[in-house]
Amino acid sequence: MIGGRKFFVPTMLAFGFAFLYVPILSMIFFSFNYSKLVTVWDAARSPTLRWYGLLFQNDQIMGAAWLSIKIATLNACISVVLGTLAGLVLARFGRFRGRTLLAAMTTAPLVMPEVITGLAMLLLFVAMEQLIGWPAGRGVTTITIAHVTFSMAYVTVVIQSRLANFDDSLEEAAMDLGARPAKVFWRITLPLIMPAIVSGWLLAFTLSWDDVVISQFVAGPSSTTLPMVIFSKVRLGVSPDVNALATLMVLIVATGVVCSALFMQRQEKRRQREMQLANE
Amino acid sequence: MAAPAGSAPGTPGGGRSRKALVTMVPMTWLVLFFMVPFIIVFGISFSQSVLAIPPYEPLWSWVDDQVLTLRLHLGNYNYLFTDSLYVSSYLYSLKVAAVSTCLCLLLGYPMAYGIARAPPTRRNLYLMLIILPFWTSFLLRVYAWIGLLKNNGVINNVLMWFGVIDEPITMMQTDFAVYIGIVYSYLPFMILPLYSNLEKHDRTLLEAAADLGSRPWKAFLRITVPLSVPGIVAGALLVFIPAVGEYVIPSLLGRTDQLMIGRVLSDEFFANRDWPVASAVATAMLILLVAPIMIFQRYQSRELAHK
Repeated sequence: MIGGRKFFVPTMLAFGFAFLYVPILSMIFFSFNYSKLVTVWDAARSPTLRWYGLLFQNDQIMGAAWLSIKIATLNACISVVLGTLAGLVLARFGRFRGRTLLAAMTTAPLVMPEVITGLAMLLLFVAMEQLIGWPAGRGVTTITIAHVTFSMAYVTVVIQSRLANFDDSLEEAAMDLGARPAKVFWRITLPLIMPAIVSGWLLAFTLSWDDVVISQFVAGPSSTTLPMVIFSKVRLGVSPDVNALATLMVLIVATGVVCSALFMQRQEKRRQREMQLANE
Repeated sequence: MAAPAGSAPGTPGGGRSRKALVTMVPMTWLVLFFMVPFIIVFGISFSQSVLAIPPYEPLWSWVDDQVLTLRLHLGNYNYLFTDSLYVSSYLYSLKVAAVSTCLCLLLGYPMAYGIARAPPTRRNLYLMLIILPFWTSFLLRVYAWIGLLKNNGVINNVLMWFGVIDEPITMMQTDFAVYIGIVYSYLPFMILPLYSNLEKHDRTLLEAAADLGSRPWKAFLRITVPLSVPGIVAGALLVFIPAVGEYVIPSLLGRTDQLMIGRVLSDEFFANRDWPVASAVATAMLILLVAPIMIFQRYQSRELAHK
């Protein structure tokens, strides 16, 4: 039986990784295919960069990509501030009235079906516009607000679990030595959670950059984000320029993730070394 | 030295007023943009569709400028229960979500187990490989499956080239394609909570069981599986709840003769412009999901408590 398990688990692991990566690799492979049929390899004229060239000449895609970058950046910055505050409150402020509510409102968006969130946000914006005249129409503002609302929940979890890994003895010590609370936050807490803030920012950026369902509800006629363009294209079937776009996005993300993982690892090692030195 | 007045020891947040201020900022945002919208959805689900902007009747109106009257219209809910389209869509969505969650668990459990038991140096690499697809576009990853599953797609081409089949197998627009799409997109959400649970297990328990003569598979079933129940529950809920309302995956890969409820909601809203019925569909979906969401919240708050 031990032999069976030794065989079974690695097989499943290999199968699982193949399952995760084969579709992505096949998408990358066929982005170099000359044929419009995408999955029928045109051996005579491939590999080619034809679709990459067409991609950069496509104004609709380039415009949508630029809009998505703007929204995702704005979203990530706001989400990080709100999410860090919420994470700090939940991890360090102890029990207070409303804590349960705050905890519920930061976990529910993680699992809430997107169609429900999208509909709810839109109905809010419509009602607000009727009542107070803001936000006038729908566009970048409404998309950003909707994205922040679910992104900050993810940031909160990241910050909260980072803070849960440290007890508050460092903060307590600083206070005992007479540091003011604001100083404790800037000098102790913030540097401790910095890696979590960085990954929270990237996570929020990705979530916004990726979102199609909620954007579809709260976007206006002149604010079409990149996922919305891709979605309307791929509903009609495979399209070679989408493969090219996907390849570029996968490469950028993969490079980013690998770099930041290496960076984090180095930071963590340095921190551990410093802790060790401090303890000696 | 005593902590500053009004703050618990060790809490960086300062006095009570400063703490209240720090709490108020995210709280206000979430109440305004997360809680209030649901109240509005709930309200509009009792309204009636009209040809106007916005296309629903206000719930409150002034009769003779003096009496504020509240009219609740239950027709939308009546409609949900009597029109078989809605009932069958709800049942179908629950079935698809349940089957996909089971498939995710069957694939995810051995993977999480394998990662947790791998040598520490390799563990981080495996974890990164699990998380990496999650960072790339969800939409494009679902799209990738169209190229694999369609009639002249990669899988059919390869099978026909090897002579395994003569005719392409229809895989697109089937339940099978939707299961694949959901398992593929949500697999990291299953593996990560399972891994973080399995990694914490005390290996000496298994050694003790072995010393007492227990066979490995029996020790696995009687020790590892029961201990990992919280991880299983969390992973399953992280897959099941969003899968019930899934919209993109069934739109791209799924059947056209049987819609999932997320698609029905979106059609009511965009195609029929019937906001009250769309709100009723959303409210009913939320009522179905309230219990799983609350269980997930309990797990999450325990997980994020001080370790």
